[in-house]
Formats: sequence, structure tokens, C-alpha cells
Amino acid sequence: MRLTFTPLNLARYLVWSGFALILIVAPLIFSKGAALSILSQIGTVMIFGLSYNMLLGQGGMLSFGHAVYSGLGAFFAIHAMNSSGIGASVPTTLIPLVGGFAGMAFGVLFGYVTTKKSGTTFAMITLGLVELVFASSLMFPSFFGGEGGITTNRVRGDALFGISYGPQIQVYYLIAFWLFISTIAMFAFTQTPLGRMINAVRDNPERVEFIGYNTQWVRYLTLILSAFFAGISGGLGAINFEIVSAENVSAIRSGAVLLFVFIGGISFFFGPLLGAIVGVFFSVMLSDFTPAWQLYLGLFFVLLVRYAPAGLASLILMLLRVKSFGLFHRIWKPLLAVCAVSLVGFAGFLAGIEMLYHLTLEAANGSIMTRFGQQIDVKAAAPWLVVAGLLAAGIVGYRRVQPGYYAVWSEVNAEIAAKQRGSAA
Amino acid sequence: MNALELKDVRKSFGKSEIIRGANLTVAKGERVAVIGPNGAGKSTLFNLVSGRFGISSGDICLNGNSISGLKPYEINRLGLSRSFQISNLFVNLSVYENLRCAVLWAMGYRYSFWQRLNGLRDAHERAEQVLEQIGLQRQRKVLAGVLTYAEQRALEIGITIAGGADVILLDEPTAGMSRSESDAAVELIRKVTVGKSLVMVEHDMSVVFGLADKIAVLVYGEVIACDTPANIRSNAAVQAAYLGQEVHA
Repeated sequence: MRLTFTPLNLARYLVWSGFALILIVAPLIFSKGAALSILSQIGTVMIFGLSYNMLLGQGGMLSFGHAVYSGLGAFFAIHAMNSSGIGASVPTTLIPLVGGFAGMAFGVLFGYVTTKKSGTTFAMITLGLVELVFASSLMFPSFFGGEGGITTNRVRGDALFGISYGPQIQVYYLIAFWLFISTIAMFAFTQTPLGRMINAVRDNPERVEFIGYNTQWVRYLTLILSAFFAGISGGLGAINFEIVSAENVSAIRSGAVLLFVFIGGISFFFGPLLGAIVGVFFSVMLSDFTPAWQLYLGLFFVLLVRYAPAGLASLILMLLRVKSFGLFHRIWKPLLAVCAVSLVGFAGFLAGIEMLYHLTLEAANGSIMTRFGQQIDVKAAAPWLVVAGLLAAGIVGYRRVQPGYYAVWSEVNAEIAAKQRGSAA
Repeated sequence: MNALELKDVRKSFGKSEIIRGANLTVAKGERVAVIGPNGAGKSTLFNLVSGRFGISSGDICLNGNSISGLKPYEINRLGLSRSFQISNLFVNLSVYENLRCAVLWAMGYRYSFWQRLNGLRDAHERAEQVLEQIGLQRQRKVLAGVLTYAEQRALEIGITIAGGADVILLDEPTAGMSRSESDAAVELIRKVTVGKSLVMVEHDMSVVFGLADKIAVLVYGEVIACDTPANIRSNAAVQAAYLGQEVHA
């Protein structure tokens, strides 16, 4: 391949500039209330998710214990921040690297064991490992801080150019900076010999052994690099929250990243970026709003796995593909109809769930539920009738419009497939 | 020095001995076809030579050095490459990427994560060269998993030879092919194994007699004869092993 200025390179350059631009202007657009804190969290989860997808999407390694690397990275980062010794000389800007190298070191240590096998064995060993680290976090309180965790103050040392990392906006830009660097680095990894060989190992480990590669080394080295980026996200989390606790190295945290990355789409490099946004939306924003957020997250996950198993990224790419073939005008009406009736059904479903939760979990607080400034008596018949009506309307409507949408969608995609075959031949 | 030498190789699975003292010598640059009835142990023999299974006793030498007990990737690095009876590809990678993966180790890029894959001109050129040899230039961007059967078989051979190994093992390269496809495959094999030592398992006698310098007959885990095609055809023991039938060309 020639290293000339081709449109492909230009497109890539534009994508990265656009990404940088979004990171820069995001806090200007979302500036109200907790938005900055949420953006900061999305940033750290994005790095964590991308690092996880180096294993799952690119290497076919289903890890249930990736939080071990981000969590231990976070602990080392927070101890460096609290240290009066050598850690004190590391400026806060570079603290994420402390997390990164700590994560990497544990990748070297644990990865040697976990990557010996692939598939189910790998998954089971990672599950054992995360339980092991979680258990030891409660056994060594001096390092892990026991139940309370370790706290810190991110404002340390002299402010350089007025950057003290006191204001949240400065922390956001620190996270955005590391997110940008890490994303480029992780993307670059996919374009290296090792990055391609981990794809080959994912597809067919047996054959890889017969073209000269030791599959364990391919997995091991990839895991070490992935653990480095996980550690960076852990270090940033430590700066952002100023606290790290046993929860950071837990199976719950590990499961969450798996869920988010899957939602985003594991077969696309940028899938985890979408997954992080959705994940933080559910686990941070929605959890402030309703106790039923986990049910919604679970339901969302199930629906996605059922109807779009390749994740949100695949949904977007499929729509973009239709658009690029100039056929969007044929699907948008039926698509809108399906979305509209689904929304009606979901409104009924959500209202019903919220009322049920109120009826059972908050029974002691009386039967009046307040949502969106509206007071609803969950023991009255009228709200339940509305719920039933919305649900019924949604279901009936869906059954009416869905076949039409499905027919158009199949037709359009068949046409696209035919066109693609035509241009390939 | 011989390219490949099997000395009294034995392999047991549990109590049953599948390979029972097989001896075989492949000189440098020689093309040897291994034939034999079903269940004779032909595929097992390949699995032993390529390191997929360990041998129970005996010795296998590649270019004079023992390779018994080595891992498949170690044997591959010493210059032996094999194909599989059932296509064994990287199904979610394109044809081009399949081939590029197959050349990386041999070109010394190993586990590099500090070089840009697209900047490796020699790997690219080698992959292109193999792509042309196996005639899949037009399918270069197609995922290996969606190729036609014959194309997959061609890619299978392409991956096997891409690394430049000088001893090539092909396990039933033309199995399941039509006559014209298999003729094309024979031409391909002949072309890509020039100057290399070739061992292949094959059922199709026209392929065997068209390609092989020597034919080794494996029956019940033993090589009962290894000779030129003409001599094999008139060998009484071979004819007996094939249930008294004459071996047709």
C-alpha cells in the first residue's frame, strides 16, 4: 500500500478531528448540573470499555474479571496521589500512567495464568481471579482501605498554568485528553501485526499455531496491553471520584463493562464508546431517578441481544448503509411508525413498572407516587387503566405496523446486497 | 540429508495403536503422495508430523533435526507447513488478511505492536504474490468464511505456502472438488511447490499419479510400500491391500 494522501487517510483524519472536537465542545453543550460529572464518568468508562474490547471483540476472550486491572490501577494511582515519597513527584496529569503501569504489571502477573487457555476455561479463570482479588481486598485493609476504601484529594502540589484539578471542568479535560490518546493508541493497536494476529486467534486459534504463532503469547501480550489501558481508566476514575474501594475490583464492575461493551457492539472498534454512553446513562443518570434502573438495563440488554445482537453500532451502521445507497426515503416512514407505537407501549410498560415498584418497595411512604411533577395514586384504578390502555395500544399498534416495516426493510437490504454483488463482480 | 524422515513412528490412542511403526523418507524437492484405505492413519500421520499430536515412540526428523515433541508453531518455524482436510481459515478476516497473517511470522514481524501493518511493504507484496498464485485477486476483500468451497480450498493452500516453508504437507487438497476444479488445484499445487518438498494425502488417483514422484502406501498404520508410481501400480502387496483391485490411473 502506498503511503500517499488518499481520501481514506483524509477520512480517518477527519474522524479523529471530529472526535477531538466533540470532546472539546461536549462540556459547553452539556453544562447544566451534574452533566460535567456524567461526561467525566462516560470518558473513563469509554477507555475501560475499549480496553475490554481488545480482549472480547478483537481477541474473542470473554473475561469476567477485567475490573481487576482497572481497579488495581486505581488503587496504585490513589496511593501515588496520597504518597509523600516518590508518588508525590508525579503530577496529577500523569497519575493515570501510574494506574496504567500498575494495571499492566498485574496483566503480566495474572495474564500469564489466565491466557494459557481460551474459551470457557479462560472465562472461568478470570471469574475466579476477580473473586480472589476482591476477597484479598478485604483481607489487606492497609492497602485497600477495607470497607471504606481509600480517599484522596486530587488538588495536590502547585497549580501549573492555573490547572489545579479542583474544578470538575479541569478533570473532564484531563479525562478527555487521556481518552483521546488512549483511543488513538488502541485503534493503532488494531493496525499492527499483533493486533491482526489477535483477530486470527479469535477466528481460529488452531490454525494460528500452524503459521508460526504461539496463541498463548498472542493472547498474553494483548491482555497486558489491554490491562495497561484499563489501568489508565482506573487512574482517571481515582482522580475523578477521589475514592477507590473494593467495589472497583469486583465481579460486578467486571460484569458491567462486559454488558456495556456488548450493548455498544463488540465487533466494531467504536462500539464501546456507544456502550459507555448508554451504560452511564442507565447506571448513573437513571439510577438517580428510579430504583427500577437495573430492570430497565437488563430489559434493554435482552431486547438488544434478541433484535440487534451486534449491538448499537450495528444498528447505526445498517441505517447508514441504507442511507448511503439512497434508500432511506423508503424506510423512514415505516421505521417512524414502529418507533412511535413501541414508544406508546414502552410508556405504558414503564409507568406500570414504576407503579409496581412504588406499591411494593415504597409501600411505607403511602400510595402517592410523584413522577415528572405529577402525583399518581398507585392504589387507584384510573392509572392502571391508563397503563393497560397504553400497553394494549402499543402491542396492537406494533403488530399492525411491524410486518410492513419488516417487508420494506428486507426489500431494501436485498436490493443493497444485489447492488454490492453487482459492483464486486 | 532428507527433508523429512519418519523412523519407526508409533502412535496409540488409549489401547489402540493407530500408527504402528511407520517409516518414510522424503528427499529434498521430492513430491510424495500418501495413499491408503480409509482408517489407515493418513491424517493421523500428518497430525504427528505437524505436531498437532505427540508421537508415542520413534522419531521424526525435519532437515535432519528431530522435531518430535515440538509444538506446531515450533515445527512451522523450522520450515514445515501443512494444510487441513477441512478448510481451516480465519473466517472473519478477508482473503488478503488471511494471507498476510500467514506471512507475518516468517517475515520476522512476530508479535510486533509497534509497527504499522499497512507499512510493511514486504508482507504486503508477499501476500499479493500468493493471492495471484492462488487466483483469488478478485476475492481479496471477501471474508474467508463466505468464499465458495473451491475458493476456500485454494486459500487453504495459499495460507499453507505463504510463509515460504520448504516442506509442505497437504491433507486431501482436492477432496470434494469437481473434475475441473481438481485439475485446476493440481496445476496450482504444482506451481506453488516448485523447489519444495511435498507430502500429500490424496484419494483421487489421477491427482496422485499426476503430481507424485513417489507414492507411499499406508495400511493399518504401516507404510507397506514407497516407490515410483509405476512400481506401486505393479506392487502385489499394494493390490492386495486395495482388496485385490488394480490401482487405476
